Order: sequence, then structure tokens, then C-alpha cells
Amino acid sequence: MTEEQALLSPEVVVQDLKENGVTHVVWLPDSETNFLYMLMKEEPKLDLVPVGREGNAFSTAAGLSVGGAKPVILIQNTGMMESGDSMRGWALALNIPIVIMIGYRGWTRHGKTQDTAAIYIEPFLNAFNIKYFLIENNDDAPRISWAFEEAEKTQRPVAVLIGDEYHGFHR
Amino acid sequence: MRTEDMLKILHQYREDAIVIPGRGGNHWIKMSTKPERDLAFRGTAMGGRSSFALGLALARPDEKIILLDSEGDILMGLGALATIADKRPSNLYHFILDNECYATTGGQPVPNAKKIRYDLLAQGAGYPSSHAFDELDDFSSNIEAILNEPGPVFVSAKVEPENVNEPIATRRRWQTRSNEQVIVDFKNALGPRAA
Repeated sequence: MTEEQALLSPEVVVQDLKENGVTHVVWLPDSETNFLYMLMKEEPKLDLVPVGREGNAFSTAAGLSVGGAKPVILIQNTGMMESGDSMRGWALALNIPIVIMIGYRGWTRHGKTQDTAAIYIEPFLNAFNIKYFLIENNDDAPRISWAFEEAEKTQRPVAVLIGDEYHGFHR
Repeated sequence: MRTEDMLKILHQYREDAIVIPGRGGNHWIKMSTKPERDLAFRGTAMGGRSSFALGLALARPDEKIILLDSEGDILMGLGALATIADKRPSNLYHFILDNECYATTGGQPVPNAKKIRYDLLAQGAGYPSSHAFDELDDFSSNIEAILNEPGPVFVSAKVEPENVNEPIATRRRWQTRSNEQVIVDFKNALGPRAA
């Protein structure tokens, strides 16, 4: 694997969001995706909606979706776990086809995972029966579109876990 | 003031607005003449209604959005006030029905129930316009002008509690349609969103 392939380029992620018709990014800053945020801020086709608590991202996204827009949620795994009841009440109860892009803080493919934010996130998603895809580099980028397709097909939230072992989001 | 009396006055000035009836829903659905424009959901999560209304206002900037929120919901999601002020949707009218308690769990007081000023919280968060009413006559005299202000507008209304002291499983639901049907009716009424 070349160094370039080992990176998940934020430009590729933004392009995927645009190709999937995303209109709004509902987000709270996290330690894994700051460079992505900086790129999105410059993208006129994406309207950024900042929330102060990740749970509010789900209700905001539900309102956008019911109104006919196509939001995506961008948060960290810590915030995902904080959002359990909001996801239940606003996304699952209203059948909202929303993709949640989750910064996978603490993710490591090799060695021992130390960060509890990483240890608990997949069991958390499984508890809510939320399907998820892991992306670590540009070769994984098609999974973002798969997540959008899955959300539309099932009318449910679908998660994309953004692994941080190799890539350049911390440039 | 009584919630039902307040909502009857609000209803006179609704015109074509989309209404998220929230805590006033049990009264609102009896008087509404445009149920297809009412988003009366069941089983949502407390604290998220204002964010939902914000999302809807952003998605439908040409529609007037009236939200009937509560002080308990506001306290669970205070940060939403800052996001609403940040995005500044000119079509959002954010009412809270402040009964000073958690009425649906028996009437226990919310924190600092008697002293907290929600209109000042909204103002401090950055809402360009914020109002508070204790009396029905005062509300009635001002509501038409308020609904003609550019949003986001915040209106705090003191209402009498209507406490419920029954287990959830034994309560009669006031919502008459499923969430799915509410959304289908709503989308059919509004048509597709402008690109």
C-alpha cells in the first residue's frame, strides 16, 4: 500500500457527500475530522449546522429530512453514545434515512485498544441495530455511498466509522 | 393562563403556518383546521423539539414554522437556543408553554421553576426578538404583531399545569395518526422542496 492509498483524503469525503446530494452537515467538532470540517466550510453546496450537544444533531437532522433536505451528521464516537435517546426518538421513531459519520476516537487496527470511546462504540451501535461501515483510507470511500444507499433502502440511520490509524485528518 | 385559551388565540392567527404542537398538542389537534400542516408526533425524545423545528425551518425557508415547546424541553437542550440564534431562521416562531413543572410525570417542579426567565435565556443566546407573557389579555394583544416579526422569535407563556398522574401504559394517546402518516400527509401537502 502506497502512502497515498493509506490516507483517507477529506477531499474524497466531501466529494462523496456532494455526489450523494447532501444539503446540510449537522456537526459538532471532534478530534478526528477537523480538516474535513475546514473543507466543508468552504463548500457552497453544504450548509453547516453547528450543535452544542450531539443529541440535538439527530432532532435537527430529522427536521431537515422531514422538510425535504438531505442532511448528514458528523460527530465523534463519544457524542454518538451521548445521543442514544435522541436517535431513538427522532431518527428511529420517525424513520429518518440519515447517515452518521462518526470520528472513531481511539480506533486501532493493531495492538490493544485503550480508549473506552473506541471500546464501547460498536456494541452501542449494535444495541440499536444500527448498521455501520468502517472507512480508513481512500479505497474505503465507496462505503460512504453504500451507507447512503442503505439508509434510503431501510429508512433508518446508518453509521460510517472514520478510523484514524493511518490517515491525514490531523494534517 | 390556560393552555387551551392561549392556543385558541394563537390559532386565529395561524394562517398557513406549519405547527409543531408539542406539549400543547392535545388541545391543538382539536382546534386545528389544517391537520396536514401539523407535525404531531408520538414517542419522540424530550429536549429535541426546538432542534427539530430549526431543521424544518432551514429546509423550508418559505414556510412559517410555529413551535409549541415547553420549559422542560428547553432545559434539556439549552444549546439549541444558540444554534437557532446562529442560523437565524427568519421563519421560526418558538413558543414555550411554561407550566413550571413536569406535568406528564405528576407535576414535579422543574429546576428553579419560579425564578428562571426563559425569554432572557433566548435573548442571551442571541435570538433577535424575545417576549414573555403571564396574562392572556396581554398575549392576545400582542400575538398578531409578534407573528409578523422576522424570526427567530421566542415567546415564553406562563400556563397552568395540567398534571397527569397515570402510568404511561394506561394513558389514552391524544395523537390520532401514526408518525408515518403524519409525515406522508405533511409531504403531500407541501410538495417537493425547492432545490
